[in-house]
Amino acid sequence: MHSETYSLEMKQIVKRFGPVLANDHVDFACKPGEVHALLGENGAGKSTIMCMLSGVYRPTSGAIYIHGREVKIRSPKDATKLGIGMVFQNFRLVQTLTAAENIVLGEKSSFWRGPGWMKRKQEEIEAIAEHFGLTFPAGRPIWQLSVGEQQRVEIVKTLYRGAEFIILDEPTSVLTPGEADQLFRTLEQMKAEGKTVILTTHKLKEVMAAADRISVMRKGRMIHTLDKRDTNEKELAKLMVGKEIAAVRRESRNRPAGKVMLDVQNLDVYGEHGRKALDNLSLQVREGEIVGVAGVAGNGQKELAEVLNGLIPWKKGKIVFNGREFKDASVRAAIEAGISHVPENRMKSGLAGSLGVVDNLLFKSYRTEERSKYGFLRIRGNREWSQRLVEQFDVKTPGLDAPVRQLSGGNQQKLLFAREIDRQPLLMVAVHPTQGLDVGATEGVHRLLTDLRDEGKSVLLISEDLDEVMQLSDRILILYNGGIVGEVSREEADRETIGLYMAGIAQAKEEAV
Amino acid sequence: MDLITQLLVAALSSGTPLLFATLGGILIERSGIIQLGAEGLMLMGAVMACLTYIHTGSLTLTLLAVLTVSAALGLIHSFLTVTLRVNQIVSGLAMTLFGTGLSAYLGKPITGTPIPGAVPKLDLDFLDSVPIVGDLFAHLDLLTWFSFLLVIVLHLFIHRTSWGLHLRAIGDNPPTADVMGIPVQLFRYGCIVVGSMLIGLAGADLLLIYSPTWIEGMTAGRGWIAVALIIFARWNPLRAMFCAYFFGVMDTIGFKIQLIGSAIPSYFLKMIPYIVTILVLMFLGYRNRNKPSGSPEALGTPYIREQRF
Repeated sequence: MHSETYSLEMKQIVKRFGPVLANDHVDFACKPGEVHALLGENGAGKSTIMCMLSGVYRPTSGAIYIHGREVKIRSPKDATKLGIGMVFQNFRLVQTLTAAENIVLGEKSSFWRGPGWMKRKQEEIEAIAEHFGLTFPAGRPIWQLSVGEQQRVEIVKTLYRGAEFIILDEPTSVLTPGEADQLFRTLEQMKAEGKTVILTTHKLKEVMAAADRISVMRKGRMIHTLDKRDTNEKELAKLMVGKEIAAVRRESRNRPAGKVMLDVQNLDVYGEHGRKALDNLSLQVREGEIVGVAGVAGNGQKELAEVLNGLIPWKKGKIVFNGREFKDASVRAAIEAGISHVPENRMKSGLAGSLGVVDNLLFKSYRTEERSKYGFLRIRGNREWSQRLVEQFDVKTPGLDAPVRQLSGGNQQKLLFAREIDRQPLLMVAVHPTQGLDVGATEGVHRLLTDLRDEGKSVLLISEDLDEVMQLSDRILILYNGGIVGEVSREEADRETIGLYMAGIAQAKEEAV
Repeated sequence: MDLITQLLVAALSSGTPLLFATLGGILIERSGIIQLGAEGLMLMGAVMACLTYIHTGSLTLTLLAVLTVSAALGLIHSFLTVTLRVNQIVSGLAMTLFGTGLSAYLGKPITGTPIPGAVPKLDLDFLDSVPIVGDLFAHLDLLTWFSFLLVIVLHLFIHRTSWGLHLRAIGDNPPTADVMGIPVQLFRYGCIVVGSMLIGLAGADLLLIYSPTWIEGMTAGRGWIAVALIIFARWNPLRAMFCAYFFGVMDTIGFKIQLIGSAIPSYFLKMIPYIVTILVLMFLGYRNRNKPSGSPEALGTPYIREQRF
């Protein structure tokens, strides 16, 4: 290395998506051999700026310098040549190919790839992986690997391609606290090898744990770059949000929980590809309580929410709701019994993107007397009702007929909640309800959930955001491998204990009652 | 020859056009593009083969003409679906309707003209004395031998070469392939053009070997059967071979029953392959209900780079 201070510099980067200004004259620079955290809320423009480094987007204006030389990154291929490797939040892995095949993908050498060639490559890959403390079964197809393993494949992919700059986009959002610690140790190792690691995140704890220097972004602008030694979580939080945020408060209920509303007993559910997704799962939700379900993605969260809402059948066990047992999976029965659902992917199974606000609000209530008569919708009444809901839930929309696709994520979520809450549900099943929302919208959603609880309704909150689960829940259940492996009360909840359960290391001492 | 051997021989001759078309379709669909133009491409292949052979009498020129015309049609399909990102189903259906109409028009003057023995046979006399094998392989034509070779080549290409790996990645996850520096659009063009050539060759094979006279609409739905075969074979060339011959047997079994002199109406017997298609689909759907279908995951979706994922 020469006397240069920065190995990588981005100067005055502007990126526009149509009318939206995603990056507004952003300056960013990192030194060789450091872990540099790019901190900011969802939508602050962190991923956008990193995507320009990796050639997925091109900057509208601005310049990028590597080792002092200006470079043009037109495609991911250019980025690879310049030694930039990115691990995206949604992994870029081909599910049907093996881990090793994914890693050698795009490699030009050797047209013929017999078993011998593949075996040599696999050994080469395993050597790199082991060196950095990243282990995964290289010969297995991706769809059989856990999310943590898939991330390791992605990291090894960048290392295999000789990346000097390794960008990790929100790497810990899919990991257990234990796996995250392991990842941070790998980062240390990469640093020791002279690699530059850039890490985008919105989690302050991680930044303080792993980074050497920290750049904070807010609303598409670069706010400040600081040295970790000169700052603290509180200052960072302030920079990130732009105002002082109250310390995480734990909402507690104002009256004890009532009778059992939902009683799930020994449920077995088979998911995609005949995989056992829920395995002998039992849980109860009472009136007037929020039960949080924590766990690493892919341990049965999706199936749990779906089976409760009648979307998928179950093989064994029973579901008793409000004193009545569900006989078979029926969405209509679930709706009519009073279960509301805020699904994981609001644009996939929550709302119909190209339809307007009114139609989306009607989905679950169009059969009722107030909404339709003799099979015809009451157009005028429904519009008035929608207008009322839009105002009540503070949904910002260009109009009642605007396709909901055009609404921001936060407003889509509010609309979804408006529909689900207006039905006066007895049980609300909310899955990752604040995913992709900014701080303000997140608070709004949290208030809606606690309000429901305070009205004596039951809430089942399924979330991968441990902080959220700990903040809102009266009881926390930990889902691992399709079963509830532990339960902690609000009072005894702490990250370490829950983390051990999430990783499947700890098991509840006695059988759940 | 006993009945079984007769059936096998017939399966080979009526299964080969299906095999060519299925292999072409597999190549195209592996790249993530839906292929519904097979019927039209086969008809165009057949009519071109017939026209060129009648006018020139040269097999080389005939094959060349067939390949050129089907490559051109493939190029149109790729331009529509890859560059213009037109709905792939509509483009495929248009290709079928266009091919059906144009082939009928071009074939008017030559309808009913027989062209026997255009493709030379490979005589392996030493096999004559071997039972069954001799009947099947001793005097096979070159195109059929080529189809065997093609199955192996295509299988090795998809599973044992770097381009094959690229192809599998493109069909399942084009953004990933793009990030890894693979030219997605170029690969799609290549696969569609080469695949279309193979489907055109299927039509030529049907005309030159199976029933050497041009009749309007002579494919009689074989292009559609090939579309179904791609799915039965779960996009795998080796399985495609078994599936094609299975349907070859179904195709001829009706004739055989007629020859025996059964009372079943011939129209009903002609329906056999199509009924079997439905039955096999039902059976496979039930048996594989929990397995990945093998379908390329990006099948039917155009790829645009600068897009928020």
